Amino acid sequence: MATKQISRRSILKTGAAGIAAMALPMPFIKAASAADGVVLGAVYVGPRDDFGWNQAHAVAMEILKSTDNVTVIEEENVPETDSVSKSMESMINLDGANLILGTSFGYFEPFMIDLANKYPDVQFRHAAPLWSEDKHPANLGSYFCYLNQAHYVDGVAAGLSTTTNKIGFVAAKPIPTVLSNINSVLLGARSVNPNVEVQVIFTGDWSLPVREAEAANALVDAGCDVLTCHVDGPKVVIETAEGRGVKSCGHNASQAALAPKGFITGAEYKWETIYSMYADMLAKGETLPNVVVGGYHNDMVKNTAYGAGATPEAIAAADAAIAGLKEGKPIYVGPLKDNQGNLVLDKTFDNYDPVLDGMNYLLEGVIGSIT
Amino acid sequence: MAQAETSFATPPAYDTARIRASIEAVAIPLGALVASAIIFSVFLTLLGKSPLQFFELVWRGGFGSSFSLQNTLQRATPLILTGLAFAIPARIGLVMIGAEGALVIGGFAAAALAIPLVSAEAPVYLTMLLMVLIAMAAGGAWNAIAGWLKHSRGVNETISTLLLTYIAIAIMNFFVEGALRDPASQNKPSTMPIGKDYMVGNIPGTDVHWGLVFGLVLAVALQVLMSRTTFGFAARVTGGNPRAALAQGLPVGTLIVVCSAIAGACAGLAGYFEVAAIHGQANASLVAGYGFTGILVAFLARHNPLMIVPVAIMFGAIEASGGLIQRRMDMPDATALVLQGIIFVVLLASDSLYGRFAIFQPKISTERT
Repeated sequence: MATKQISRRSILKTGAAGIAAMALPMPFIKAASAADGVVLGAVYVGPRDDFGWNQAHAVAMEILKSTDNVTVIEEENVPETDSVSKSMESMINLDGANLILGTSFGYFEPFMIDLANKYPDVQFRHAAPLWSEDKHPANLGSYFCYLNQAHYVDGVAAGLSTTTNKIGFVAAKPIPTVLSNINSVLLGARSVNPNVEVQVIFTGDWSLPVREAEAANALVDAGCDVLTCHVDGPKVVIETAEGRGVKSCGHNASQAALAPKGFITGAEYKWETIYSMYADMLAKGETLPNVVVGGYHNDMVKNTAYGAGATPEAIAAADAAIAGLKEGKPIYVGPLKDNQGNLVLDKTFDNYDPVLDGMNYLLEGVIGSIT
Repeated sequence: MAQAETSFATPPAYDTARIRASIEAVAIPLGALVASAIIFSVFLTLLGKSPLQFFELVWRGGFGSSFSLQNTLQRATPLILTGLAFAIPARIGLVMIGAEGALVIGGFAAAALAIPLVSAEAPVYLTMLLMVLIAMAAGGAWNAIAGWLKHSRGVNETISTLLLTYIAIAIMNFFVEGALRDPASQNKPSTMPIGKDYMVGNIPGTDVHWGLVFGLVLAVALQVLMSRTTFGFAARVTGGNPRAALAQGLPVGTLIVVCSAIAGACAGLAGYFEVAAIHGQANASLVAGYGFTGILVAFLARHNPLMIVPVAIMFGAIEASGGLIQRRMDMPDATALVLQGIIFVVLLASDSLYGRFAIFQPKISTERT
């Protein structure tokens, strides 16, 4: 009974504050929000220094910390259970967060959907293309970068770096985003070297360091002389490649420091583009877009600065590929067959075509199986 | 008064001895907690952080407001059940660390059973009941395998429960990514959602699901079972000395398997609530480490089912305030783990203190073991 009263009172208070804020004239709001600033709360599923997905987000938030009137609050190692709701609610209730950024796939449903309904005055954005207008609340949204474009560039550089014509790919699970990255590496490599094959090993889960090391070693043993990957923390794969004396391409964040001899380049997110846009818009009192997606054409992905493993030819070809992607040059130039011989893409598709989001095949030229 | 009642059967000194022993059983863990807090404060001071601010934040994040309190209780709920899953076999002398696996297999079984029932639009309460039963049965049977292996083949139960956990996770992944996958769950393989109607709600007026009530009831029931029944007595005798128990004609094998099954059923029930109250489906998120935190909880509660409740709440509070500590003190997430680790080590060390303090010792010798 007592708890009910308190929570009702706090809801009333929040509601009253919201109504009061809306009733105030515009200039006043600006002054008020300038005083309070914008509070961005980011929640990560793993540690901030994982050399991968979480680090990519944390690096972007770190850049925002130096912005005036922007307060960044973060929480790491939050599992995809009801802990995430509570972490986010705590950021709202105790730290006054205006925008909550959920960076792990499983945070969205049901946790962020429920929270968005519960806190209509707070904005929620989630890092995967899951939001849809007719199903989800208006203060919730999605942002996502097509990293496969940067993997395509990896492929171009790798295609000119391999002497055995075999690129090794350590992958977590056979889901569409991973498959698209594998296929993009293949298409990038084949665009400069038609004899290249990509050999893939699925480890079965996002973070299995021992199995990732085994897979990386097995790929080198099978004759691959460039390795790349799509797992949560690419550290193990890149270090194993360096240790075995083969070249490597990174994923998610910069792994250049892990492979001073063999690192070519890597596919990296530029979340800071999205996060600073959100902070700017909130500071100006503008409504945030529900969906933000992008790739090279709008500065949302990048390739890691070339390492010692990149030859001048590879650099030239990769730079040309980046220029092409910025102009919207398509990666999936049809018709394309999968590695079972079935026609899967009958024509050329734009890099953002939704058809590609449901990818469930490996293209011809990839050695491996998704079942 | 107590004397008057008991003077028939036992000498008065026996009563004082019992009271002294009870005080000892509370005072030593409390002292261990205080000692851990002091050690942790030194650790914080060395890092240049304020211990005072830390404990103030733990209080604020864990209990300071109705939101914080509900946050704590919600996080404590699975820990009560997984704590029980460790404590019950511990009473019979088994170190079973497989609550995580039993939780996963129980939750998965419930979600799998829900698929045909929900699509046939079966009555809601019947579906819930069947899901609870299958979750407990699946978790119980899973853990009973380790108990049976222990008794019949002499397989170390700690190793077998740990390995069974990996197998349980692999089985769930196999089905969730294959035959039972909801085609709509493209990038996060999951079973079909059971739907809002079939989900377990919150305790009215709070943000905490009904799993908490189940946990409390089970804790009381198991306390009674272990300390007030012949079964519990036999189990404790077996835990004390299995050979003596065998010599007395106690059904040691049955006791071991039943205790393992009870433990697995508790964890399976935790799995049911993860599926039916939180996720609405089974997927890799079930593997959240509750089973392993439960081991710490049970140890701290000295395998006493009732004590598990406050200890789980304390752990819930540490976890609930973890975010606030990360944000306000700019400390990594591992801070809470360091505190948990210190508590665990100090508590284990404090086990050697029992019987060392004269003040807790009875004046005359009794038959107390």
